[in-house]
Amino acid sequence: MTAREQQQERRIFAVVVDNEPGVLARVIGLFSGRGYNIESLTVAEIDPTGHLSRITIVTSGTLMVLEQIKAQLGRLVPVHRVSDLSNEGPHVERELVLVKVAGGGARRIEALRIADIFRARAVDSTHRSFVFEVTGSTEKIDAFIDLMRPLGLTDLARTGVVAIARGAEGM
Amino acid sequence: MTVRTMTGAEMIVKALVDQGVEAVFGYPGGAVLPIYDEIFKQNRLRHYLVRQEGGAVHAAEGYARSTGKVGVVLVTSGPGATNAVTGLTDALMDSVPVVCLTGQVPTHLIGNDAFQEADTTGITRPCTKHNYLIRSPDDVASTIHEAFYVARSGRPGPVVVDIPKDVQFAAGAYKPPEEVKHRSYKPRTRPEPQAVEEAVALIETAKRPVVYIGGGVTNSGPAACRALRRLVQETGFPCTQTLMGLGAFPASHPQSIGMLGMHGLYEANLAMHGADLILAVGARFDDRVTGLLSGFAPDAKKVHIDIDPSSINKNVIVDVPVVADAGKAVDAIRRRWSARGGRTDHRAVEKWWRQIAKWRKRDCLKYEQDETVIKPQYALERLQAKIAGRDDVFVTTEVGQHQMWAAQFLRFEKPNHWMTSGGLGTMGYGLPAAIGVQVAHPDALVIDVAGEASILMNIQELSTASQYRLPVKLFILNNQWMGMVRQWQELLHGERYSESYTDSLPDFVRLAEAFGWTGLRAERPDEMDGLIDAMIAADGPVIADVQVAQMENCFPMIPSGKAHNEMILGGMDDAEAEIDAEGMVLV
Repeated sequence: MTAREQQQERRIFAVVVDNEPGVLARVIGLFSGRGYNIESLTVAEIDPTGHLSRITIVTSGTLMVLEQIKAQLGRLVPVHRVSDLSNEGPHVERELVLVKVAGGGARRIEALRIADIFRARAVDSTHRSFVFEVTGSTEKIDAFIDLMRPLGLTDLARTGVVAIARGAEGM
Repeated sequence: MTVRTMTGAEMIVKALVDQGVEAVFGYPGGAVLPIYDEIFKQNRLRHYLVRQEGGAVHAAEGYARSTGKVGVVLVTSGPGATNAVTGLTDALMDSVPVVCLTGQVPTHLIGNDAFQEADTTGITRPCTKHNYLIRSPDDVASTIHEAFYVARSGRPGPVVVDIPKDVQFAAGAYKPPEEVKHRSYKPRTRPEPQAVEEAVALIETAKRPVVYIGGGVTNSGPAACRALRRLVQETGFPCTQTLMGLGAFPASHPQSIGMLGMHGLYEANLAMHGADLILAVGARFDDRVTGLLSGFAPDAKKVHIDIDPSSINKNVIVDVPVVADAGKAVDAIRRRWSARGGRTDHRAVEKWWRQIAKWRKRDCLKYEQDETVIKPQYALERLQAKIAGRDDVFVTTEVGQHQMWAAQFLRFEKPNHWMTSGGLGTMGYGLPAAIGVQVAHPDALVIDVAGEASILMNIQELSTASQYRLPVKLFILNNQWMGMVRQWQELLHGERYSESYTDSLPDFVRLAEAFGWTGLRAERPDEMDGLIDAMIAADGPVIADVQVAQMENCFPMIPSGKAHNEMILGGMDDAEAEIDAEGMVLV
């Protein structure tokens, strides 16, 4: 195998599925059963009348494994389409995080200042805390969290990546 | 269209009848009583009562594999469904179309740990092609019709339909079967013209080609087998078969070079190793076939025809993937090749055949038969001699040495006549599978080539054959060991035979008689022919207990972690059987 074939690559798969009971278990079971990684996974209904959901999975593996993942997803009966977003042209990816920072004095002011730099929104505030909302790439969110940690980060929730192809074409 | 209202249970039976189902293998229980009540009231469906649900699925597999139709299973909730899991996994691995209906506790009790409740759809999700839980009586008919479509189309496989008891009682509207247009499931069957073109170009220039075929050809149907035969004949290429592919190409055809793989023929494995073109049709480059992956067919361009895109590049990177039905793809390739002039590199291929003939001369299956102890190979050779020329003989097997010897020594000229658990390797498969085959072919000679250990795994099914007067023949190669386990312990674990001796065996002749079967035994080579004649002549079911050499090993063998060209031939060849630590880990 060449070096490229053995190298681990990160990929984002978008999977459009029938929104029916058990469909997420099928997808997750496929990953765990075959030993594939899941770095993040998001799912929500995108078409209530057509009962379609879109699952976005960030995974990594060798080229051979990534090709397998796509083929294995594609052969699940309720799967309509599988798109390898990171491989099929340019795409946009975003993640959202809610970060809770507690404390007072200088740390509180510093937290607000950094939030401003990151264009974070304060979606909840008390005298002792803020909840910030940040949207962006995974790297940006990692950076924001790292900066908030010493300033009193007490809790956080992130969505995992959602992504879509650039340009006019739909999936 | 008039819509008649029926109960769920009525609709289930009607849907099965409308799907053309004639035989159902099952076992009743609380959660399927309404369905059994409907079965009682009609005479279109014949129900075969097995003795354990695992037997029902294997029987349905035998039925399906010997007919090309979908096999049908009906079992109750909880233990009924969990007992079916091994058979479902077996059907998934070997791509056998099976629809398994399972009862479920009433909808309002689901999740409450009710009596005989199991999360059947959860448990069977990874071991089925697809599964359903029906929540409304209005979905009963359409779900069952869809289940049959999913089971038999594309790469066939098992489908579970879980039906809560309240849904079986409730009234709903029946929908007759119509052509299923599934929203998302649309298997691709026609090959890409570009892929066909590339395959043809490789055929035209190949110097050392091998056509490597598997169970997908049989699954595709008789037309695919004919198309394949035509392509092989017209190109003049050699053709090797996997364990699952035996019979898809006639064994007696001069271009057949036999089975390949771990216990395949010397000539087949060396041909694969030396090939410059491998045309894989409906075969999946399984680890039993490839041996050491890095040493597999190092110089070959590989064309891979498979209806399942996930089979492509799974184990072996191929040069030309052709995602299509085997029959359609082979036919398209032959037509295109013919239209482009039907060229091959004759001279090189002739030279290749001369090389293959040299390998054949090694006579890798040779063994020594003395006058005192029956060699298992001899028993099968005599069986083959007695059934040769008959086309109404179906063979099933259990799993182990006897299975590999059967694959080596019995010869299959037609598809659908050989039923063995290939992918999962399920001991206990052969007897219930033989029952399913005999149900589908009441007048045929159905033989389960068995080992004494495997046969005990589903021995209760003797009773099923008795009940339905199914004249199946058990041909037990009785060496009093789990032979393949013992062989591996000899070769890999310093002859420490841990727990592989099958102690306290029953007297199989008396066991047969206890179930109303005929029991026969042979202990000396000169008793073999008489035993086989008596077995075949018997009107009813027979256990033939053949006492064979206990320490015989199955060769040739590619040891774990070795490549095709490192196979051992047995006897004096044992010195080569050094297996490194990496190989030891492999099964």
